[in-house]
Amino acid sequence: MKLLSLIPVIAIGVLLLWAGQDFPKWGDVESPASKSPVSSHFIANTGVDTEVPNMVTAVLADYRGFDTMFETVVVFIAGMAVIAILRGSSIGRPRRKDHEVEAEPDLIVTNTVRLIVPVIQIFAFYVLAHGHVSPGGGFQGGVLMGASFILIALSWDLEKAMSRFPIERCLVVAAMGIVLYGGIGLLSMMLGGEFLDYAELEKILPVSREMARYHAMLGVEIGVGFTVAAIMFVLYANLASEGRLKEGL
Amino acid sequence: MEGGSLVSELFIERLNYCIYVILLLIGLWAMLAKRNLVKKLIGMSIFQTAIILFYVSIAVKKDATIPIYLAEHDPHGSHAKVATEENATENQVAYNPVELKPETVKGYANPLPHVLMLTAIVVGVATLGLALALTQRIYQGYGTIEEDELLDKLDRADERASQSPIIKEKRNAQRRKSTQRAKAKAAAGSVTKSNMAAKPSAVTKGKKKAQPKKSPSKTSATKAKPKPKS
Repeated sequence: MKLLSLIPVIAIGVLLLWAGQDFPKWGDVESPASKSPVSSHFIANTGVDTEVPNMVTAVLADYRGFDTMFETVVVFIAGMAVIAILRGSSIGRPRRKDHEVEAEPDLIVTNTVRLIVPVIQIFAFYVLAHGHVSPGGGFQGGVLMGASFILIALSWDLEKAMSRFPIERCLVVAAMGIVLYGGIGLLSMMLGGEFLDYAELEKILPVSREMARYHAMLGVEIGVGFTVAAIMFVLYANLASEGRLKEGL
Repeated sequence: MEGGSLVSELFIERLNYCIYVILLLIGLWAMLAKRNLVKKLIGMSIFQTAIILFYVSIAVKKDATIPIYLAEHDPHGSHAKVATEENATENQVAYNPVELKPETVKGYANPLPHVLMLTAIVVGVATLGLALALTQRIYQGYGTIEEDELLDKLDRADERASQSPIIKEKRNAQRRKSTQRAKAKAAAGSVTKSNMAAKPSAVTKGKKKAQPKKSPSKTSATKAKPKPKS
């Protein structure tokens, strides 16, 4: 079986390496991907269209806003599916005790976490809000925020983290993120543009068309951050406790 | 000479492809050959990492900076500030940024692959979580995440399911029909032989003949078989 599966693996490897000779060189400025009009357009026009210095954020939230919206929906659906699969699956099943150590949360660990969790959360907000001018954005900030709750759950127990961020609130926050994203899209549609055409928001914001896109992108990123943060914690809470949502690892 | 050029072509100028191919193969092999479901998922993650590396590595341009505008190209940078200070009253109208020239475009790394991979990483984490949840559920249901043990248990579960009352009833009905047919056949045979005394033996013979046909050579079939009338 293992030898048999080695055959396609080696065949694919040889094919890929053979094809690799035709690929552009490392750092090639004239490579097809870099020479394509799409990416050149993004680099040349992001500043003109949106005034966002970070092209990645602009392409993510504006030019490819539709894609990002449904990526967020995929994250949301994955969280829902994990809850649907694991909730109630271990009712009446005795909890495995063989690898468990009964101990109080460690003093040093909990105090360190007490110190660094606020810093992580503020940094998450910074990464989220400063994503326009530095590397960052909704996904990164959301993951950081979710990680801070996971850290609490790891150093105390799951109940402690759940008391800060109960699963019901997680779901509300996750859904709110999607609604915020879609709402900004719908709002720009109602103002006469297309779906997710943020420039139309200038009619209700006291800014230029470019800055309307700038600020709408921030709103969209906040929506993404909400969903990602909540779903990251939902994933951890469910997987660590086999859907019991208590005790945890 | 030929080999040397191949080495430099492939392993020096395109090292990123070699690394991504190797990572991809490790992931693929883990997914194909490993029996443990969690190991398969680790393979999937390695595979995903290979794709991410591939995408990000094609975004690289020589002597280019990250895709964030430098101060001199930044619409909010020194340029823009000068423009707005000069036309403080009508800055909205006068501020007119121009798109970058092709030479400057070359100075920035390609942002598109970064965007694609940014979302792919987070979605990858979410789908990995989903896959782990499914694995956990499989473990709860079958007590194992080894693929071969799992298949064994599934086979056994199938066998048990085939003994469920509904299927048993169906099989019994079929068996009754065929015994009747065999009886009729035996009766016909006995008529031609015109030996009524031989009938019981003919019936048992017919039953014996019919039995292997009906029962799908399983031990369960003997249990489910209707008891011969005595």
